[in-house]
Amino acid sequence: MAIKLKEICNQEDKIAPGHRACHGCPETIIVRQVLHTITAMGKPVIAASPTGCLEVCTSPYPQTAWRVPWIHNAFENVSSTLAAAWSTYKHFVKLGKIEDRDVKFVVFGGDGATYDIGLQFISGVIERGQHILYVCLNNEAYMNTGTQRSGATPLGAWTTTTPVGKVVPGKTEHRKDIVGMFVANGIPYAAQAAPHAWRDLMTKVQKAVSIEGPSYIDVIAPCPRGWRFPIDQTIYMSRLAVDTCMWPLYEVENGKYRITTRPLEKKPVIEYLKAQGRFGHLLLPENKHIADELQRKVDQDWEELQKRAR
Amino acid sequence: MRLKSWKELETGVVILEPGNSVLYRTGTWRTFRPIIDMEKCTHCMFCWLYCPDGSILVKDSKVIGIDYEHCKGCGICARECPKKAVTMVEEVKARMEEAK
Repeated sequence: MAIKLKEICNQEDKIAPGHRACHGCPETIIVRQVLHTITAMGKPVIAASPTGCLEVCTSPYPQTAWRVPWIHNAFENVSSTLAAAWSTYKHFVKLGKIEDRDVKFVVFGGDGATYDIGLQFISGVIERGQHILYVCLNNEAYMNTGTQRSGATPLGAWTTTTPVGKVVPGKTEHRKDIVGMFVANGIPYAAQAAPHAWRDLMTKVQKAVSIEGPSYIDVIAPCPRGWRFPIDQTIYMSRLAVDTCMWPLYEVENGKYRITTRPLEKKPVIEYLKAQGRFGHLLLPENKHIADELQRKVDQDWEELQKRAR
Repeated sequence: MRLKSWKELETGVVILEPGNSVLYRTGTWRTFRPIIDMEKCTHCMFCWLYCPDGSILVKDSKVIGIDYEHCKGCGICARECPKKAVTMVEEVKARMEEAK
């Protein structure tokens, strides 16, 4: 089903205004796009969030921004919590206690909860084959507690736990390939998406919730506070991440890779680095080797991805 | 808003009113106010799509205005508008203009 903006714009937002997200926050943009897609499909949603920016800013007690049933649980176990809700739902349907309305179960987690703390529980959900969609809002650090490094932070990025100085030039390691990990884990559907490419994101959400079994979508969430860029450039930064191939848009369906959107012209990574304060030190001549290493890694990954997608 | 005492709380501190955060006015955070030039607007809905606060008011697939009670003034709408129909005006100046 092709989604038309002219049609979905008449739907009620499933995440209400008045939430306390920062100016220009990408997370609520992504959540709105995902929930609008599932609503347009005519399916009810049950959502969950682990601890993180999204949880904190949407549920300051006694208020909530959610217009769908929503559960909060700890960093580690929110995927299991929602998977258990799915199992209970299925069981009640089987017993005839409730009618089957084809409810969709969606987790919105940050990258800290996905790449680091909650990883073993997500792998458990994939292993058990429970039918939930896990959406990772990947802002590449622990933004809620003030920008600490995570497994998703790219090489050379400044964070408060990888400060830039004479000894350490930002983060010294590359980020994890989490989609690759989940594919090795046997997930039926996994994808990388970005909020500026809304049609691409919405198609992926439709596919992910229609597949029987667990699915995972990793969405880049450019954070103005943590990445150090002006608040109106959120969508621009997402576009730049895709154009420089720092964040290629692809999907993996039953182990088969497919690139969904190719950049018209592959831009050099330095343009992405220049636009953000967290990479500011990489423009200095003494740190040029880090910027070069980042470009080399991006080129290598892009080549590798194109080979896999053949 | 009066907060409930602990004896009045729901079991498991569940919130039973969906979307009651609309009572909180995030519009007071704003430094710059977006103003739509309706003559330039083509109703492409990109501002609505990219608004983090769902503050673009829509009726029958047409943009009808901005919810200034909740708009935080991030300026994504102004930057992403393909027709440059949205301009950011300093909130103080906009209020002074209103008071005239």
